[in-house]
Formats: sequence, structure tokens, C-alpha cells
Amino acid sequence: MFIINCPYCGEREQSEFKAGGEAHIVRPKQPTELSDDQWAEYLFMRKNIKGIQFERWVHTHGCRKWFNVVRDTSNDVIEAVYKMGEKPPTK
Amino acid sequence: MTKNLRVKTTKLIDETYKISFKFNGTTYYGYKGDTLASALLANDIHLVGRSFKYHRPRGIMTAGSEEPNAIVQLHNNTSLTEPNVRATEIEIYEGLEASSQNCWPSVNFDIGGINNFLSPVLPAGFYYKTFMWPASFWEKYEYFIRKSAGLGKSPTKPDPDIYEHRYIHCDVLVVGAGISGIMAAKTAAKNGFKTLLVDEKSYLGGSTIYQNSENFKINNQTSNSWLEKEINEIKKFENLEIKIRTSVAAFHGYNFLLARENLTDHLPVEQRKNKTRHRLLKIRAKKVIMATGSLERPLIFDNNDRPGILLSSAIEKYANLFGVMCGEKNVLFTNNDSAYETAISLFKKGINIEAIIDNREEIDSKLIQETEKNNIKIYKGYTVVNTAGYKRINKISIMQLSKDGQKVLGSKISISCDCLGISGGWTPAVHLFTQSGGKLKFRDEDQVFIPDKYPSDQISIGSCNGDFTLNEILSNVPNSLRKFLNIKKTDYENLEVHSSFNKSKRNIWLLPSDKVIGKTKPFVDYQNDATAKDIKLALREGFRSIEHVKRYTTTGMGTDQGKLGNMHALGIISETAGSKMGELGTTTFRPPYTPLTFGTIVGRNVGEYFDIFRKTPMHDWHVQNKAEFENVGQWKRAWYYPQNGESMHDAVQRESKAARDSAGILDASTLGKIDIQGTDASEFLNRVYTNAWSKLSIGKCRYGLMLNEDGMVYDDGVTTRLGENHYIMTTTTGGAATVLGKLEDYLQTEWPELDVYLTSVTDHYATVSVCGPNSKKIVSQVIPDLDFSDENFPHMSFKNAKIGKIKCRVMRISFTGEHSYEINVQANYGKSVWEKCMEAGKEFNITPYGTETMHLLRAEKGFIIVGQDTDATMTPIDLQMDWIVSKKKYDFIGKRSLYRSDTIREDRKQLVGLLTENPDDVLEEGAQIVGDMNKSPVEMLGHVTSSYYSPNLRKSIALGVVKGGKNMMGQKLIIPMESKQINVTVADPVFLDKENKRLNA
Amino acid sequence: MKNKYSIFSLIKNAFSYHENWEKAWKDPEPKKEYDAIIVGGGGHGLATAYYLAKKHNMKNIAVVEKGWIGGGNTGRNTTIIRSNYLWDASAGLYDHALKIWEGLSQELNYNVMFSQRGVMNLAHNLQDVRDLKRRTHANRLNGIDAVYLNTEQVKKFCPIINTSPDIRYPVLGGTLQKRAGTARHDAVAWGYARGADQMGVDIIQNCEVKSIKRNGDSVEGIETTKGYIKTNKIGVVAAGHSSVIANMAGLKLPLESKPLQALVSEPVKPIIDTVVMSNAVHAYVSQSDKGELVIGAGTDDYVSYSQKGSHDIVEGTLNAILELYPIFSRMRMLRQWGGIVDICPDASPIISKTSIKGLYFNCGWGTGGFKATPGSGDLFAHTIANDEPHKLNAAFNINRFVSGDLVDEHGAAAVAH
Repeated sequence: MFIINCPYCGEREQSEFKAGGEAHIVRPKQPTELSDDQWAEYLFMRKNIKGIQFERWVHTHGCRKWFNVVRDTSNDVIEAVYKMGEKPPTK
Repeated sequence: MTKNLRVKTTKLIDETYKISFKFNGTTYYGYKGDTLASALLANDIHLVGRSFKYHRPRGIMTAGSEEPNAIVQLHNNTSLTEPNVRATEIEIYEGLEASSQNCWPSVNFDIGGINNFLSPVLPAGFYYKTFMWPASFWEKYEYFIRKSAGLGKSPTKPDPDIYEHRYIHCDVLVVGAGISGIMAAKTAAKNGFKTLLVDEKSYLGGSTIYQNSENFKINNQTSNSWLEKEINEIKKFENLEIKIRTSVAAFHGYNFLLARENLTDHLPVEQRKNKTRHRLLKIRAKKVIMATGSLERPLIFDNNDRPGILLSSAIEKYANLFGVMCGEKNVLFTNNDSAYETAISLFKKGINIEAIIDNREEIDSKLIQETEKNNIKIYKGYTVVNTAGYKRINKISIMQLSKDGQKVLGSKISISCDCLGISGGWTPAVHLFTQSGGKLKFRDEDQVFIPDKYPSDQISIGSCNGDFTLNEILSNVPNSLRKFLNIKKTDYENLEVHSSFNKSKRNIWLLPSDKVIGKTKPFVDYQNDATAKDIKLALREGFRSIEHVKRYTTTGMGTDQGKLGNMHALGIISETAGSKMGELGTTTFRPPYTPLTFGTIVGRNVGEYFDIFRKTPMHDWHVQNKAEFENVGQWKRAWYYPQNGESMHDAVQRESKAARDSAGILDASTLGKIDIQGTDASEFLNRVYTNAWSKLSIGKCRYGLMLNEDGMVYDDGVTTRLGENHYIMTTTTGGAATVLGKLEDYLQTEWPELDVYLTSVTDHYATVSVCGPNSKKIVSQVIPDLDFSDENFPHMSFKNAKIGKIKCRVMRISFTGEHSYEINVQANYGKSVWEKCMEAGKEFNITPYGTETMHLLRAEKGFIIVGQDTDATMTPIDLQMDWIVSKKKYDFIGKRSLYRSDTIREDRKQLVGLLTENPDDVLEEGAQIVGDMNKSPVEMLGHVTSSYYSPNLRKSIALGVVKGGKNMMGQKLIIPMESKQINVTVADPVFLDKENKRLNA
Repeated sequence: MKNKYSIFSLIKNAFSYHENWEKAWKDPEPKKEYDAIIVGGGGHGLATAYYLAKKHNMKNIAVVEKGWIGGGNTGRNTTIIRSNYLWDASAGLYDHALKIWEGLSQELNYNVMFSQRGVMNLAHNLQDVRDLKRRTHANRLNGIDAVYLNTEQVKKFCPIINTSPDIRYPVLGGTLQKRAGTARHDAVAWGYARGADQMGVDIIQNCEVKSIKRNGDSVEGIETTKGYIKTNKIGVVAAGHSSVIANMAGLKLPLESKPLQALVSEPVKPIIDTVVMSNAVHAYVSQSDKGELVIGAGTDDYVSYSQKGSHDIVEGTLNAILELYPIFSRMRMLRQWGGIVDICPDASPIISKTSIKGLYFNCGWGTGGFKATPGSGDLFAHTIANDEPHKLNAAFNINRFVSGDLVDEHGAAAVAH
């Protein structure tokens, strides 16, 4: 089980958090303008990366804040955390 | 009369404390400090159980948790029974009862032993090749296979013991309290680290603690007395917690470890009452020091499994630590110096050693010289080729080894014996290290895997790191500790160490025999009866990967997880396949290191604590009034209130009728309540609900439908505008938490620009719902200061009010179709307001009703229940609720999905009403709906989602979803049940009061 | 079949000390070109190759496997086989598989130990009851042998379940499919491998796909750790790693790969003779022929390829096990492990063509793919050979995520094991 460094609360047990899937998939501003294909891309299609993934987590049993995590999905090592709206860190 | 094989008292054994125990029904005696194994050996009992496949007699082989053979059933047929307990681990206590497993009728005469004679046709994987004819017979074959498989017996009664969990956060965790672990714990504690030291044994000091020999000295003291002093010192540190009988089961990522602390298994049964049996320690350590030691390897030769064959180190331990001799005519068989340590120990205790067989030809060391001085015969360059004795070894045959170690030469020599100690060198216990994700490297010179790459802040020290000798440990451990703990010095610099141990070893994974391998039984996995020839067969059949071989032969899959034999399996594979050991990899060591009791893992989360119920403030009232309860999500909700032995049907009919005829009262406290505030609250609601919210005036209520982004109905409820920037939203009982989670998600991640704050207030309010034509009269009595006139307080509106000094929020909303009020008060006033309503309603026969009646009443009105009338495939259009989907709004969650090619189809399943031909036929919820029974295959058009007998309409009513149902009004359909078909007509889902007159009645 | 397995061949070989058994499958080096390549040597991939060779006469084909065959979810699952699915499409698919299972040992001449000991699904609240009844009615009309049981009948079929009405999740009823059961997972992979090998299929282990070569909208071949191999049909059956392969071809799939854990107890004499599943408390259990209780846990909620899940999941599952079977409290967990499962948003698989010609995907089986192995292989082989889906897998196309025509199995089985 991971230890996640919540940007608001500090290091906490993974059991306090919930994962929210791939990060930086922005909800289209004008969904009605999209084709069915484009909408499906937003709704369902995922990179599902093996390796460094940018993903969302929420501190459910804590501050209830959403934030982003950079994690290597091949070994579960968390490389960085950053708040919503912040630029993702580059290597 | 059994023999007494005690040799001498030791510190561990308290000879003044005699303990009686039963094994297979016979009473024996041992002493405090004995394990079941040492006590049995002291009574000259070696035969303990039967093997898994061939039912061969098996005895005690080791003195630790790696034991494959000596596993027993404790306290058979009682609630304390436990299968597959290692005799080497259980400490005896007064009243212990153990019995042999996997044998019938007894361990001495076991019918299953016939398998041993059938073994030529039962090679590895034989069951994949047979039992296929006739096809229908597999389950019959299987019945017998299952019966003969398994080891012990499962308990059949609930467990009387208690278990618990403890979280430990420490700076340094030291696993293993042998000499390396003690040094590590002392160093860490002395340098101010909050330290935890755990060991699976009942004593500290590992194998060094009984190493009382002139051959191993530290600063001119024998190694055991040196270590004893160290142990006494570490007990003084306040920042060091020491836990014995504590076995680390799992080493997960992020230095999260699970350990089982055994608190009562060594106590007499009557002393265990009300005590915690095991405590599962959930340890988060900043740094982990693995000092898990090493396990002695057996040697692989024909018939190497007989009772009386033990690891050489185990024989030494039984003699030195437990004061027990394993045999009177001992022979040792070795490929390294360890057996000579055993020999010298035994000799000192006056235990007879017939001979030592050593694979090595040219050997010399102080230990060997000392052994020879004591006139013990050593056969150098020899190997054991066979053993004899069915239930106890009585003879071995040895032959000379060829130079290359591949063949045997010359003639056979027989040596009679009653105990054979085998020593194949040492295997570092790296199981936990690899569990943590650590990578191993192979050290060729002594053929061992040792830690290479650490995945977290941890090190391995001592023999688990491949440092087997006292010199290596005392010179390498201080270095490692300095570096790892980032400290200047330890107490262990410049120690004077004297060790006579010579590291030379002649490693032969599978010893040669004078017979062809097919005629031999060289066991690699003792418990599962996997032999070297099975491994070779697997390779011959094309199973190349170590994992394939393991699975095909079941090597390493017993309760010992192959702690003894896995290395040999690898060795034999690499030799046979001609590949290099290091490149072959190892099988995965899976947690737990030693099996972990389910109860321990579960801890206190059993019975009523498994998953706590939430109860409303009025719960006690419902209980007092004999309510039956329904579990909804986490909640206990009153289901119905049977009176005078009424059936559920009768109660619900009575409640439903009363609610429409006069007045009903419902505890609606479980509905989710979310307080929404902020200048953008209206805009936020616009985006999350399908309908429009901006124009809702203050003090008004509105029903809302929430979709998933895929367009399917997700939740519903009434939301009230309390102020300009203030709303209170209600959700379904089961959906409260997920709805809040979803709203927070959108708010924080998609629309951070909105000024909106969400707070869950479900538990803060109790909600009393009063409905029926007399509801107004009742609530006016309860809240006399409030003007309940339709003009002042119309349907779908809200008022702040007071009941005495208690503030309350009153909504005039209805889920039943009746004139109805919901009074929300601070939760702790809930019961008193409920009782006030009951009191005020007395004259109107106010009738408490539960969820079942609520469901019935709303069904009469065609109101949906999300989750019952919908699954994750229903859009609002499918529900015929187009009216609630705003056409004007630019966007809301799920809107785009409503216009996909499939979601706009006209013939989707749509919600309709269903009326049965016979008005007394009540449909079964979940029953399928069919148009034409003659079509093959039968096409299912949909299913019945809700169904009741309506006492108010005096007929059966149902809701259902039907393909294209919207355009099927009046059409006849069929509900095919197992025994009959029920004819129904598609109807409007609103069965009662289509004009909504009753709302204002 | 020159190397037929039977009791007679076992006896015959016993005389030569089993020195003369042939390889169950060869270990060839890859050829330069194949008519089709299956990526992934799990049960589904090997079955696909087997049926391509057997039913579609494609013999010049290969299965490439990054590790060892059957080493992924085939060798890690809890081996439950059933077909009592809610929707017609799913029922059709899984019952097709179940029918093949019923004769598979004989067809492969390899005992896969398919044991029809029945699968029971429990209901713990009123909505569970409605959902299970709905499913049972649908099953009956689809010709699937499922029946609904009341609490007493549940207790009778599996006496060790705690059916007290006072527990947190009381057993209100259940469904039983008697034709359902378990099989020996490794044997399925090995049996199909042996069968495919005998028809000339090359099974190439330790061969990892590094890239997919395309010519415009068609595939041309794969680059592997054993060199480049030419082909214009690639069937990807890579389970948890499907997205990794898809990304090589520039495709995105509606998948997330998550950790799924399972565990076994120490072996004991027979104590539970069927498979019992409970979605509400998330516990399912059966007993292997070896005597181990085989217990499935749930998935974690994050993407991971580490083959490790969190301890909380295991603990939660055992909590549920002890709720339903308090007698197991003193049983011990022997081994625990994790796999990587690729999950579709609607909990149904994809057996489909893609927008790239010659590239086919069979994935998204989530937590319940083992049971479909023979059917999945058969239908995927049909799809690859004909470049068109069979009618039984037509609904499981990728395009359903665009049109919205999902096969949502969450409804009646929150977890589709």
C-alpha cells in the first residue's frame, strides 16, 4: 500500500485516498459540437500507460481535495504530486 | 514404555515444569520450553504424518518454520481445532492434543500408503493424462481425488478466539533477532531511532544463542555468552520495542510490513479466555533491516524422506537448545563444515555418532580435525545412495563419488543408524526481501542467491545476505549498519573473532545413484512428494520455465512453500537444461512467509463490527414498535411494522391504505442531504441536473434528475432553494456518498472557477415525513406557529419554522402523491418530533409505514426508484421523463451522450406500467417480459422492475421496462414464469390520481 | 495423435520409467513470416491459435508470448466457469464457451479437470433478490440452467454458509447454475498449447513484441525480441497489457488495467463442494482438488502493472469470508498474489476488428475471462479468419463505445467474475 503525499495534508496511507484515473483529460467545453467518435474518445478511451502516468487522486478520508499524482504504473513508485490546475512536473 | 531421550537441561527447557500432552490419543510428557517436535523426539517419536500424494510415512525434519513434514491437527473436533500446524513451531502446553493428518485409519497403518506402490504410474502431471474416459466420469474420479487430497481438516465450528490489529510506525524495523539482528537493533536504538525488533521464535538470539563452543569466540568469550550480554543490554532501551513469537508475514511496497504476534497459542487453553490470540501488526517503517538468517539445505538422494532423517542443524538444535537427542545411532551426511559443528556438539553431550559421510574428498579444517580426534569415522568423497526403514530409518547405503560428482563408484557400504542428519549448505532467507520487490543475484562460489537491488530503504545483513560465518558477520554487519543508519560508529568495531568454520562446499544438486533415476525417489518437495525425476520428466515434456516446472510437478506449492527444496529444483532444472542458475531466475516468493490465520488478518472486523450499520435518530422507536428492517446501503431502515402477528403483505396493505385514507408517517432521515452554498450555486445545479435551476425562487423545491456522463440516470431527489446562494440537495439513501464525491470531482477538477461549497449534512438532520389527507392537520398541531394554508405554503415549497425552541425546516414535497410534509430537525431532536407527530396524529389514526409501503405508494403514482426501476442503461428519455430534460440548456452532465446513435433509438427499453389480466396476479419483480412465445429463441423485451398489489386501486400494478414500450400502450404481453404464463397489458405508469389532485387534498 | 494420453499410455511409459514421453509442445524459433500471429500465450491466445488451425485450416501461424505460456491471468485466476449472465449477448457468448468446456478434456486429450460442481450467487438485500431473479428468468428463457434458491435451499446446497438472518449481510436467497464449476487453469493453457502444436502452430515463448509495423492502414508485421516477423493478421490477446500493444499501433482502447488479487488457504479435506459468490460483500470461494480454499478478492481502483494490489483488498475479502463462513477463522492463508486485469467501462469484453486492417483485439475480460477461454478463442479465430465477427461476438465490437450500445453487465453482477 502506497504512502501518498497529499499536497494539502502531507503523507498519508493509501487507504485514505481514492484513485480517479488518468489526469488532464479535459471535459470538452462544447460537447454538442463533437462527433460521436470524439465524444467516445473523451468518455471512454484511455492511454492506460505502463510506466509514468499522470493521474488523479482524491483524499476521500481527509481533506476531500482532488490533486494529481505522477506514478510509475509498472512498479507503483510515486514520483511527484501536484495540485489541480498546476502544471505537471517535467523530468 | 517409551524411551527418554533427554540429554541435559538447557536454559530454554524448564525441567521443573512438566507438561502432559496427547499425540494420537496417547499421553506423553515434555517440559516447559519444548515444542511439540522436541517433546515427541524426546519420547522417541519420529513418525508424525503421511505425505500428500504417496502417503509415505514422514517425520520431523527441521526445528523451525520451514518444516514440510511434521504437520498435525490440533484439538480435533473442537472449536479450537486447527489443521496443518507445524510440530516444530507449536510450543507445548498442558492439555495440548495433536493428531496425525492425511492418514486413515492411523498414521501407523494408512490405507493411502497403497499410492506408494502405484507411484510408477503416478508421475508428475499424471492426472492431466488420464481420468478422461468416459467423459461423464470425471466428477466421480474427482470425488476420490479430492477425498485423498487435502491435509488436515477444516474447523467446523466458529472460532472462539479474538484477534486484533495494531498499527506501528517506527524509524527502524529489524526482522530477526539472531546475532545480526541483535547488533542492528542495539545500534539503531543507541543512535536514537525508534526501533522495533521482531523474531518468530519464543527466545532471542537465533542459532548463536546455543553456540556454546570453543570454536566460535568473540572477544575471548563463547559466542553465546557474548550474545547473551548484548541481549541483556538491548532490553534496557526505551526506544526499542522487542516482540518475540512475532513472524513477519509480508513485506509490501513503501516499507509496509505485516507481522503476526502470537500471544496465547503457547498458553494452556483455560488461560486464554478473553485474551487476544494473535495481533496483526501493520508496520510502516522508515527503514527496514532484514536479519532473517538462512535455512539449511537438505541433500537430494534416493529415499531421503524417511522418518529419522533431519537437517543436521536441527539435530544440533534439538540437542543444544532442547536437550533432546534425535537418535542413538546418528549418522551425518554433508557437503560442508556445518555437520561437523553438529558432530562436535553431539559428541560433547555424549550422543553417539556412527559416521559422517562427506561429499568432499579433500577437506581439512579445525572442525574436521576435532571431529577426527574424537574418533568419529568420516567417509570422505562418499555419498548416500539409499536408505532403508519404512517408519523409521534403520540403514543407509553409501558409495564413493566420482571426481566430477556425476557418478558413484565402487561397492556399496551399509551403515545402520536410527537418525540421519543431512547438511547441504545454507540458503539465505530472502523471501521477504523478494516480496518487497528486491532483485537477487546468484553467487557462484557457494551457489546462493543474495540480495542485489533494494527497492526501498532497507538492507539485508548477516546470513540472509550471504554472510554465513561469524567472522563475516562481525566484520560486515557493523559496516552495513554505519552506512545504512548514517552513523559514525557502532559498538562492534575491532572485535576479536575466532571462528573455525571453513567455507568449502561441494554442491551437487541431485546426488548420483547406482540406479537409473526412474527407479529412485529423491524427494525435492517433501510435502507434495515431488521428486527429482518428476522435475526431469517435466523438462522432458517441454516445460522449460521454472514456473511451469513448479506448477506441473507442484514443487514448492506445499504449506512450507518449498523453503527447503526450491533451490534444488532450480539447480536440477539448470543442470538438466544446461542453463545457468543466475539466468534461470527464481519462482516468485508469495506472501505470506508463513501461513497466516484468516482470523488474524480480519482482526476485530467480524460479527457486528464487520460493517457497521447506520441507524437513524428514530431507530429505537422503530425497534420498540416491532418494525422489521430492510438494509439499504449502510442503513437500517424500517421496512414495515407488523401488528399482532400480521404477515408482511397484510401490514403493507394496511399501512398503504391508511396513508391514503388518513395519515401516514415515514422516517426519511436516511436520504442523503448535501448543503450547497456559493454565488454560483444555481449555475452549478444547472450543470449537474438535467433541468434548469436559475429561475427557482427562494423557498421553492424542485425535483432533479442527475445523469452520468454516459447519459444514464445516476441519482434523483428534491433540491430546495434556501436562499439566494444556498440550496439543500437530497439524494437517494444509497447514493449519498457517491453523489457528493462526483459533485466534488466536477467542482474541483472541471469547474474550479465556480464559487460553490458542498457539505454533507445527512447525519445532521432527522427527517419526519407525514403524508395523507390529514397530514396538514397533524403538522399544524406540531408546529402551531406556521401558516400551513395552501396560499402561504403550497406544494413544492419550504418554510423555516420552530417547534418550541427547536428550529426546523419544513418542505411540502411528496413521494407518495399525497398531500405531504417533511420536517427536518437537528438529528438529536428527531425522535421527539417523531413522537410529537404520532401524538398529534393519534386522532387521525396516523400510521407509521416503512420502505415497502413507500415503494408501493410511489409505484401507484409511477414514480421511479433509481436502482430499482433503472439500471445503468436507462436514460431519462427511456423513463418517459423527457419533461425533465432541458432542451434550452447548453450543457449538463451526460447531455451529449443522449444524442449518440444508440441512445436516440426509438426502440430502446422504456419504462411503462403493466396491468395483469387477472387483477389478483402480482408479478414477480425481475420477471422477464415477452411479446411472442412462439419465436425461437424467445425474444425478451424487458423485465418487471416494481410490482405490488395496490390496496387503494384493488388490483395488481407493476412497472417494467419494455423495448419500444412507449408506443405499445394497451398492447398485450406475456410474463413467462416457470410454471405458467401471465398475460399483461401495457399501461400508463401513473396508476392513481393522474391529475395530482391529492397533492392539495 | 501419435502421443495420445490415457491410463494405458501411463502404464506403458511406467515400464520405461517415463523416459519416453514426448514434448507437450516444441520450442521453435520464429519463422520469417506467418499467415497470422497471435500476441499473447495465455489461455485465450492459445485457444485462438488452436481453433484457427483446427476450424479455419490456418496452419502457418504462431503464438508469441513475452514470458511463459499461461503465466498471466490464466495461471492466476480462481477458475470459476459459469454462463448465467444477464444480457442475451453475454449469455450467448459465455454459454457457447460452457458448451465447449463440457467436452474440452476429450477434445484436447488433456484433462483440464472441468468440474461441474455448480456456482451459487448470493443475494444479501432486496435489490440483490430482484437482480438475481431478473437474471434467473433471463437465463431460463435463454436456455441456461439457472435456478433461484431461497435461503433454506442455499443452506441445503452449501451447509457451511452462515444463513443466520441476524448477520450484517444475511443470505436472502441465491441463484444456482449446476452446469457451472471450475477447471484446472494451467491445464487449459497446456492442453491448448499441445493441441495447437500438434497441428503445426509455433508457440514462441520469451518473445516480446516491441512494435507493430504498419503500411498505411494495414499491418505488415511485428518487431520482437527475437527479430522481425512478417504477417498481415495480428490477433492481440494480451489481457492487462492490451493497451501497451494498442499504443504501439497508435490505437487507444476503452480499458484500464488494474490489480486483482486472489489467495488460497492451506489444503484441507473436502469442506465446500461448490463455488459460492457474493457480490455484495465481495467474496467468492471454492475448494480446489488439492484441498485449498480458493478465494478471489476484488480489484484496486488504480491502474497498475506491478501485479501487486493493496492489503486492504485482501483484508476486506477475508472479512467478508468470515462473515459468511465463520468456521474458516482458524484456516490459514497460504499464498496470495495479484494479476493485471483489463477492464472495459461496461464490464464486458472486446472481441473485435479495429480501424487498422489485419489488427484484431480480444481484451477487456476484466475479472472474469477464464470462463470464456474456449468460446473466446473459437470466436476470435472466426473473426480473424473471416475478417468478420461471428454472430455471437458481434455485440462485443469496439464501436459500441461510440454508439452507446454497451453490454452493461454491472447491472446484475457488479463484478463479472
